[in-house]
Amino acid sequence: MKPKIAVVMAKKGPRIRVREQDPAVRACNFEEVSHGYNAEEAYEESLRCLNCSKPRCVAACPVHINIPQFIYHLTEHDEMGAYAVISQDNSLPSVCGRVCPQEKQCEGACILGIKGEPVACGSLERYVGDWAIRHQDELPKPAIEKNGKKVALIGSGPASLACATDLAKFGYEVKVFEALHQLGGVLVYGIPEFRLPKEGVVEKEVNWVKGLGVEFENDVVVGRTFTIDDLLDKMGYDAVFIGSGAGLPKFMGIEGENLNGVFSANEYLTRANLMHAYDCEYDTPIYLGKKVIVVGGGNVAMDAVRTAKRLGAEAVIVYRRSEAELPARAEEVHHAKQEGIIFKMLTNPVKILGDENGQVVGMECVEMELGEPDASGRRRPVEKKDSNFIIDCDVVIMALGTSPNPLIKQTTHGLDTNRHGCVVADEEGRTSRPGVFAGGDTVTGAATVILAMGAGRKAAKAIHEYLSNESKG
Amino acid sequence: MFEIVTKRELAANIVEMQVKAPLIANSAKPGQFLIVRTDRYGERIPLTICDYDAQAGTVTIVTQSIGLSTKKINAMNVGECFDDFAGPLGNPSDLLELDEETLKKEKVLFIAGGVGTAPVYPQVKWLKARGVEADVIIGARTKDLFTYVSEMQEVGNVYLCTDDGSEGFHGNVTALMKHLIENEGKKYTRCVIIGPMIMMKFAALTAKQFGIPSMVSLNALMVDGTGMCGACRVTVGNETKFTCVDGPEFNGALVDFDEAMRRQNMYKNNPKTKGETKNCSCHG
Repeated sequence: MKPKIAVVMAKKGPRIRVREQDPAVRACNFEEVSHGYNAEEAYEESLRCLNCSKPRCVAACPVHINIPQFIYHLTEHDEMGAYAVISQDNSLPSVCGRVCPQEKQCEGACILGIKGEPVACGSLERYVGDWAIRHQDELPKPAIEKNGKKVALIGSGPASLACATDLAKFGYEVKVFEALHQLGGVLVYGIPEFRLPKEGVVEKEVNWVKGLGVEFENDVVVGRTFTIDDLLDKMGYDAVFIGSGAGLPKFMGIEGENLNGVFSANEYLTRANLMHAYDCEYDTPIYLGKKVIVVGGGNVAMDAVRTAKRLGAEAVIVYRRSEAELPARAEEVHHAKQEGIIFKMLTNPVKILGDENGQVVGMECVEMELGEPDASGRRRPVEKKDSNFIIDCDVVIMALGTSPNPLIKQTTHGLDTNRHGCVVADEEGRTSRPGVFAGGDTVTGAATVILAMGAGRKAAKAIHEYLSNESKG
Repeated sequence: MFEIVTKRELAANIVEMQVKAPLIANSAKPGQFLIVRTDRYGERIPLTICDYDAQAGTVTIVTQSIGLSTKKINAMNVGECFDDFAGPLGNPSDLLELDEETLKKEKVLFIAGGVGTAPVYPQVKWLKARGVEADVIIGARTKDLFTYVSEMQEVGNVYLCTDDGSEGFHGNVTALMKHLIENEGKKYTRCVIIGPMIMMKFAALTAKQFGIPSMVSLNALMVDGTGMCGACRVTVGNETKFTCVDGPEFNGALVDFDEAMRRQNMYKNNPKTKGETKNCSCHG
């Protein structure tokens, strides 16, 4: 159904600003940075959408949300209608509205962005998601007819949550096994509270998935507590989806990396996020530095450096390429700069220096310059000769990316993995082992929440096909 | 929720608990560990599995009250529940990889110190069940600190030693190890050492001097215990390993114990841990 709204009705003008906490204030607390739109602001912004006949935003969305249509409902003050449109394709709108790299997806493709500012699709999605959380009891539940088949999902992050939602709607009995004590995977251990509130958003959207009848069990480490072979051969599951993410941190392999005061971003963020170390009611300690250097330029690096700032440190990003190549979301870089994060670009660590007690006291770096483009199309950083210099610091955090946990690979028969340790799966998530599907970071290596969700949904469809054909045959 | 079904004090500040955890009891193997979290505010604390009973669905842990979290664990009582009890984690002891023939030829010496005695027990018991009787040295500062002696005597040949001579051999575990080899003509093909880091360092060194391969079980700091954080990294033969997924047992001759001890104390008496934070959001 194409809503009837003419292009001329769209309201011209600048994008409605999202209210945010003052940078000086928020750099000292863990409250959410962005306040999001209120109803009036969301309405005003919704009027800017041209409702294009060939919407480029939809094509650019990894799960192809019908963006113009949900925005059209907002022009009618119809949040329920907007939610109904989004929820066809995305079970975590409050999460995605906050953490998707919109500037590379929907908003990057928006026609308004050519001459001016694109429609704030992300902020509008967040508005609808947050509205739905407040009205969770009133949301229509999909009619589910159980088909009597059981599917086990490994990990409770975005890939599994998306997969579980669709499988539950298809009628499967779905059980999600999670190794940690909280549900949400990277949404709870990785992304900080100031970007994605845990109780207010993640828990609520997980509860919605529970409401569809999906069961969750914490403290189960698949591969150790039991294996995928056990799930299929002994425990009566008809199929398994692996959504265990990419949790294994990488280090540089330089001298001094095991000194006291050197952490993986995963450790630092897990202490702060999952374990609430910033809150003194919780028992888990976190190492406070006076000057913290975070090595890397992705979202995880931004999350770590902004966490360090909030814990009272002078916080610095060291990145080997230039600012144009920073892989982090544009908004995170912008927010980090507002908060007073120092960016040292074209700089690469060669050695971490320690004192006689093995405590970090500095980092030796070299200056870099950009050479010819490499395989990724980005200009390759090359060391400048004799440019070594030392930065004083007492904490170094490595945010260099992650790879999949090898446990599943080691303990599952007939499951192919590649040389990066990623599970090999086709576009629809089928692995080398019949009945075993996979999607998200465990297949691709570290990527985004929304790509993992897209992969989870495709796998749900493939599982449905697999189990439907099986019963016919 | 994981219910505590029995609790007994083995020595001052050392408490044994049996916990209802059927899934772990069913899959645990000697040498593995688990993660305990007392309540929503609690840390994730790694503890070596000391025994397990698949039929009863229980797992035994032994905890020494040292810091905040181990005190919280030991303050809990029968009928109360741990919020989380996840595992089994880490690799089983490499004794489990040996076939029966090879096992029968092995002369294994276990060296246990302090709270490390209980984690040695499942390995000795496992060997006994396969008809292999091992020697076990149990060391303590003084006789009141011995734990698991009678349990161990049921499954292995136990030799006791105390630093103050109050019971058994007068001297530490390395002195007793030398005594057994040099004066009693004992020959060993391998050695498994579990106890305080400093004891493992010197026992591994002594084993190396006698040309006996040794395995040590490291109790590094951990957060998740599943390979995600790298807090537990340790240098083994010039390579960085994660204790949680590559261990917890490593070749004692190759472990950099000085680094491991330094890293274990990272949060101890360090002015830069959270107690000092000025931006603590909970107290304004």
